[in-house]
Amino acid sequence: MVRESSIMKVHYYTGLAAIVLVAIHILFRLTVPEGYSASLEYENVIANYKNISYTLVLELILVTVAVHGFNGLRVILLELRQGDAWESAVKWLCIAGAVAIIAYGTRTIILASMM
Amino acid sequence: MKRVKIRVFRYNPADGADARYDEFEVEAERWTTVLDALLYIKAHKDHSIALRYSCRMASCGSCGMVINGIPRLACYTKVYELGSDVITCRPLTNFPIIRDLATDFTAFFAKHKSMRPYIINDAVDRIDGREFLQKPEEVEKYLQFSYCIKCGLCYAACPTVATDKRFPGPQALAQMYRYLIDSRDMATDERLKVVDDRHGVWRCHFAGSCSMVCPKGVDPALGIQLLRAYLLGMSRDSKVVAELYRREK
Ligand code: SF4
Ligand code: FES
Repeated sequence: MVRESSIMKVHYYTGLAAIVLVAIHILFRLTVPEGYSASLEYENVIANYKNISYTLVLELILVTVAVHGFNGLRVILLELRQGDAWESAVKWLCIAGAVAIIAYGTRTIILASMM
Repeated sequence: MKRVKIRVFRYNPADGADARYDEFEVEAERWTTVLDALLYIKAHKDHSIALRYSCRMASCGSCGMVINGIPRLACYTKVYELGSDVITCRPLTNFPIIRDLATDFTAFFAKHKSMRPYIINDAVDRIDGREFLQKPEEVEKYLQFSYCIKCGLCYAACPTVATDKRFPGPQALAQMYRYLIDSRDMATDERLKVVDDRHGVWRCHFAGSCSMVCPKGVDPALGIQLLRAYLLGMSRDSKVVAELYRREK
């Protein structure tokens, strides 16, 4: 069984990584020569997905936020109620939730990069 | 001297009646403690009030109750220091009520016991006349945590204990750190396994309320954070091993 300290290390590292990656993501928008609002226009957004380093940042944000968020949800639910069946259900639902969100988000990133 | 109104929580789970507050007027001197006032009420006004106490000097840890909203020792809280003419006494939160102000410490002591609160060191043969040599700085690592009197005030103040019945609580976790960091103890890995659990040391929210109410300056929140730091590998070198020393005859 995975030790809680290992899970919490991942929790802290993904939290810190998400802050840095989201900051980079926002900086990407702010440094566009045409300005911030132009960077949000449809063509410019789609064009971003052709940039491999940008899509990599998006994918990393997706993974770190999903892992951090679902582990946070797991912790909240574990404190809400206790019981072996509940705790096992919470664990698997949170793993499934994180995997589903990452899969769906990755699919969106791939589709957008092929447009 | 001043007159104060003492409101005492009354509830007996055995008789099925609703909980209520009974009110009593008492005269308090500057030195009168809340326990003195309650014992006066018990002796002269209503002997049926249930409360627990023993030493009357903040040593036994048995007179904990919620006084004007904060978990405190009744024998260590003076009526005057509360700065109010109305004093409300309730049983400790997070503990099942036995009757009135007396609460059940069974789960609390079971959690304390699960931390194996004693030195574990198989290598020592106690009869061969040797003893451990500890440096003052090694003693300082755990001394503050060893002042715990198991009064349960920190447990009553803890928001995680309120929602997670499997969480050991600040008292037990601070005691785990106290033995873990003791240079005479050799059971580091076994100890870490007990608290490195989904309901263990990581569930502390660092509200710090345990340390705010502790009457002995134990600072259990500090113990919990030091335990976490140890588990994260940030302070592994803080654990030293005491030398065995043969006492001169
Ligand atoms: S840590 Fe402090 S508040 Fe908690 S049981 Fe020990 S003495 Fe009481
Ligand atoms: S009566 Fe012993 S601590 Fe209060």
